[in-house]
Amino acid sequence: MKNNLLPSIILTLCCIGLFCGVYTVAMLGIAQLAPNGGRGEIILVSTDTTHRVATTTHRVATRKYYYTNIGQKFTDDKYFWSRPSAVDYNGAGSGGSNKGPTNPDYLAQVQSRIDTFLAHNPGVKKSEIPSELVTASGSGQDPNLSPQGAMVQVSRIAKTRNIQEEKLFALINEHVEKPLLNLFGTTKVNVLKLNLALDNLK
Amino acid sequence: MNTEINGIILMFVLTILFAYPLGKYIANIFEGQRTILDPVFNPIEKFLFRISRLDSQKEMNWKEHMVALLTLNAVWFLLGMIILMNQGWLPLNPDGNPSMTPDLAFNTTVSFVSNTNLQHYSGETGMSYFGQLMLQLFQFISAGAGIAAAAVVFNALKARSTEQLGNFYNYFLKSCTRILLPLSVIVAITIMFNGTPMTFLGKDQVISMQGDTMHVSRGPAAAMVAIKQIGTNGGGFFGANSSVPFENPNYLTNIIENVSINLVPIALVFALGFYLRKKKLAWMIYGVMTVGYLCLLIPTIYLEMNGNPMLANLGVTQNLGSMEGKEVRFGPAASAFWAITTTVTSNGSVNAMHDSLTPLSGMFTMLGMQINALYGGVGVGFLNFFIFIIIAVFIAGLMVGRTPELLGKKVEAKEIKIAMLIFLLHPFLILIFTALASYLIYLNPDLPWLNNPGHHGFSEMLYEYTSSSANNGSGFEGLADNTPWWNISCGVVMLLSRFIPIIGPVAIAGILAKKKYIPESAGTLRTDTGTFGIMVFAVIIILAALSFFIALALGPIAEYFSMS
Repeated sequence: MKNNLLPSIILTLCCIGLFCGVYTVAMLGIAQLAPNGGRGEIILVSTDTTHRVATTTHRVATRKYYYTNIGQKFTDDKYFWSRPSAVDYNGAGSGGSNKGPTNPDYLAQVQSRIDTFLAHNPGVKKSEIPSELVTASGSGQDPNLSPQGAMVQVSRIAKTRNIQEEKLFALINEHVEKPLLNLFGTTKVNVLKLNLALDNLK
Repeated sequence: MNTEINGIILMFVLTILFAYPLGKYIANIFEGQRTILDPVFNPIEKFLFRISRLDSQKEMNWKEHMVALLTLNAVWFLLGMIILMNQGWLPLNPDGNPSMTPDLAFNTTVSFVSNTNLQHYSGETGMSYFGQLMLQLFQFISAGAGIAAAAVVFNALKARSTEQLGNFYNYFLKSCTRILLPLSVIVAITIMFNGTPMTFLGKDQVISMQGDTMHVSRGPAAAMVAIKQIGTNGGGFFGANSSVPFENPNYLTNIIENVSINLVPIALVFALGFYLRKKKLAWMIYGVMTVGYLCLLIPTIYLEMNGNPMLANLGVTQNLGSMEGKEVRFGPAASAFWAITTTVTSNGSVNAMHDSLTPLSGMFTMLGMQINALYGGVGVGFLNFFIFIIIAVFIAGLMVGRTPELLGKKVEAKEIKIAMLIFLLHPFLILIFTALASYLIYLNPDLPWLNNPGHHGFSEMLYEYTSSSANNGSGFEGLADNTPWWNISCGVVMLLSRFIPIIGPVAIAGILAKKKYIPESAGTLRTDTGTFGIMVFAVIIILAALSFFIALALGPIAEYFSMS
């Protein structure tokens, strides 16, 4: 073992150079070409930056942006709600509820989510609520809903915003993301993009 | 047809399409033949061996191999402890995350050195970027060490009589540079162009549309996510692993990451066939593994797509399926596929929370780890399967009244004893420690360990030790596991179940290699036939699955029957 010790230490140091150093730096370099330079994909909302301060005009960098893939908490009646989250959509952490399928506390919690949803969406039948609207995601940052999860909220939003329901259905259909190549995976909508479009709807 | 099912079939087909040629490539590397990356890596490896004062051509016997492996791992262990206990003040810590307590550092170091990647910390708040980089190192080298051990066994099974089984350092370094590194580069680049971050910037602060302040954790994730999938490591950059949108942004990345889990373990099976010029044997092994895999996979997909009956009672519709702990962009089918793939291979990354799987699905994930030889971890999965082959050869030999033989070598008492001991270690560690933990809960019902009551709470503990002993690393994450008891006991389990099941099979192979080679005759029990495949499968079911039946009956099976 003694004869192996020094070579083992040096070989480990070499591996640090290769797999921590060279590999990471190379990936970091290539990432500069990736969306937003590898700093997370964003949606730019506004770049209006010209502010008048006293008599001089100078540009203040107040880029307003959201992370496209990181879900946000939407509980306001005027927005499409997002899924419940065990970490309250705070991207500083991530995680699911880790509740077992038969846990009585958990089932009571789902029941109360159903009740809240029905109270805010009069006229919707229980059997029309898709389960993702009352269950927490794995990451606590799920940015998506199934199209049905958005459709079931239309009448509430139409009333709150005084918009025709047809317009909202059309908006959802515009934002439906088909499965990969129309062949693989789920159909979904990005709640953030949908709500941004909703605010821009005239 | 259902697009979710299509996605699964695609992943299954892609895995084998890539694994077969990769197996040929790996066999070429072990044989020292020319491969396409020679111009890049030959000079680098030569240089590294020279400054490490290692002669990569020196042949070693099995004991020398194991000494080399253990010395390397001892060095890694010390390195890990030092860095994790000091990461708080070391550089590359923009979020100001703290140093680890000794028990958590012990658990985490053992976990990553042993290729387990059980995580009792959460990436966003418990690990600096410096610490993450070191874990990334372990993800390469622990996987490389596993593949090297498999290479030693391959070498020992050649048709000849020798003690010279190649050079460990050579197998180890080449596994890292020629197999793991190129594959990781490909995966890292594809996922970063789909939205996985690769930056050293810290948390960002955003005001949400509703006006809430939210923080968004980032980091050099793409590089680490790639090797965690390729090397059957599974330790994610972010707390909730590949369910986090940054770690696994869309369905395409999910396909790539999921295929990466199975890729090297299956390729190694084909590599054995090319290396020994016994392709039929490789197909037999692949066949047995795949049949076992499908037995776990199909019911799990069915159950998860069918939804949770308890939620159906509440009256909501489950068009997608059981969605607690799952992401809409993957859906229950792809989540079930990942859950089984990650547990049969000892990867342990997740794209859905296993704690919230329906009871029987939870059981199938546990069974995958309890068998731990259906594909298995890189290198070590084959070693575990090798143990089952030895036992099957012995039993088959007794049944037909022939001397047990494997590939022209007599299998005798000593080898069988080692094989049996290695096999028994796994259920022993899992069941004894689960029983101990259950007893502690019984003594102190107030211990704040469990996130769920009743049978499911028991399952959380059973899963934790199963995952530790299988060197898997996934968890029923509701378990409050960052306590001295769980950190230390899981650390001990991981340590024992990493090294003993490597040393055992290598020892058997070393002993077999020394024996006289007997050419095949009419009296030889052939190991590359379907009949022998069924034999191995039966041994796996009888030994592995039944060892755990009673424990499973107390946990997931009881929970299943309690549903109404």
